[in-house]
Amino acid sequence: MVKMILIAIGAPLVAFAIGLSFMMIKRKIVARIQRRYGPTIIQPIYDVLKLLVKEDNISHGVIFSLGPIIAIAGSILAVFFIPMAGFSMLTGSGDLIALLYIMAIGSLGMALGAGDSANPNASIGISRALTLMFGYDLPLVIIVISVALQYHTTNLSDIVAAQANGNWTLWTLPLSAIVGFVVTYGALGEHPFDIVTAPHEVATGPMVEYGGKHLGFLMISHAFHIYIEIALFVDLFLGGASNILIFYLKMFAVFFIMIMFDEVLPRFKIDDAVRFYWKWPTVVALISLIIVLVK
Amino acid sequence: MERMTEEQVKTIANMLRKRSLWMIHYCTGCGAMELPPTMTSRYDMERFGLAPYVTSRQADILLITGYLNVKTLRRVITVYEQMLDPKYVIGFGSCALNGGVYWDSYAVIKQLDRYIPADLYIAGCMPRPEAIISAFRHLMELIDSGKADGYKRYKRNLAYYKENQRKVLG
Ligand code: SF4
Repeated sequence: MVKMILIAIGAPLVAFAIGLSFMMIKRKIVARIQRRYGPTIIQPIYDVLKLLVKEDNISHGVIFSLGPIIAIAGSILAVFFIPMAGFSMLTGSGDLIALLYIMAIGSLGMALGAGDSANPNASIGISRALTLMFGYDLPLVIIVISVALQYHTTNLSDIVAAQANGNWTLWTLPLSAIVGFVVTYGALGEHPFDIVTAPHEVATGPMVEYGGKHLGFLMISHAFHIYIEIALFVDLFLGGASNILIFYLKMFAVFFIMIMFDEVLPRFKIDDAVRFYWKWPTVVALISLIIVLVK
Repeated sequence: MERMTEEQVKTIANMLRKRSLWMIHYCTGCGAMELPPTMTSRYDMERFGLAPYVTSRQADILLITGYLNVKTLRRVITVYEQMLDPKYVIGFGSCALNGGVYWDSYAVIKQLDRYIPADLYIAGCMPRPEAIISAFRHLMELIDSGKADGYKRYKRNLAYYKENQRKVLG
């Protein structure tokens, strides 16, 4: 019992620490790519804490204040489902399907809160966020089905166990892995898929009216978001990990490749992004599904 | 014990505030031209934890980059009042100080401090990126010692500021 409680508190903390460390490293790497010195490595911690100690916190309504909390709560729930280095809190058959639904809660929480602010930029941002989700969910569902068919299970822990001894899905289903990478990439909102928060177009979109501690909570939920998306990719395609260090290294490798792409690409329009997702990733995912079915 | 902790909390909060200053990217005059080099690779102000942000709710610093005409003043006041406390204002270039080249213009504000409380001025027409960065460093020192209290002054002397604003805005 005590062990369960410890894990219940520990798992989100570890997830948050990993996500935050990625945020820190990202800013430094981006700076180096742009040939700058870059901020101190713990700059995101200063930013979040500064936002939390702001004296003024303007709220535009109950849902506005609850939005970031819903986003964090949804993320923590998702963390419990994803096997982290060998164990996961909530398992059962079909948790992969449940996870697909739970992962949407974060975006929905943000959408609810931002909608309450009645700022036109926020509304445009939300409609973009949900449209983009609509775009990448189709290939995501197809690859999840192919992975589930490949291992004859929808239990994430079993999927991880089946990939033991270097028998990764990345090698057995390379096409699905590529699509999974593109989908994860879009879900994280890196360039060219940063349509949702595009500062030059919609003034950070859903976050436009958020300031003070609400914005701080949104940054915290972003750290969770990074962890969830990449951890799911690692579990599905890179065979999970038996200890936290290897898990971290695998996640970091994925994230590092993402930053490299992120820094050199411009931004899609929202209709182009959806068209992109429904064209190439969907077609490739379908081919991979057919391969699994024929095998 | 209680009072002691409150004091300590304030010190820690100020320490955090000075390390992470977000400025709203709202440019009024030609001095704004010097900001891109300050932000980008050449002078890289992100080293000091400064970053440009796009909305008034998220930002901590408001830069009045040069001359401020009456039409813009209205927007600047809205932006300033939308920002969340604690907030800081930097007057940029001699135009914000005393009118500069526009000292006899009918459409331009001469002294920024009469309309919104400036914490700091940068002299020069236009100030170089080095001057801007040293101004930011100075602002950090002011925040650390609790002297950057423009937002408190604005609340305390609201009638005075509103009176001045009304005179030019009508
Ligand atoms: S001080 Fe000089 S550079 Fe700055 S706004 Fe005035 S005229 Fe332009």
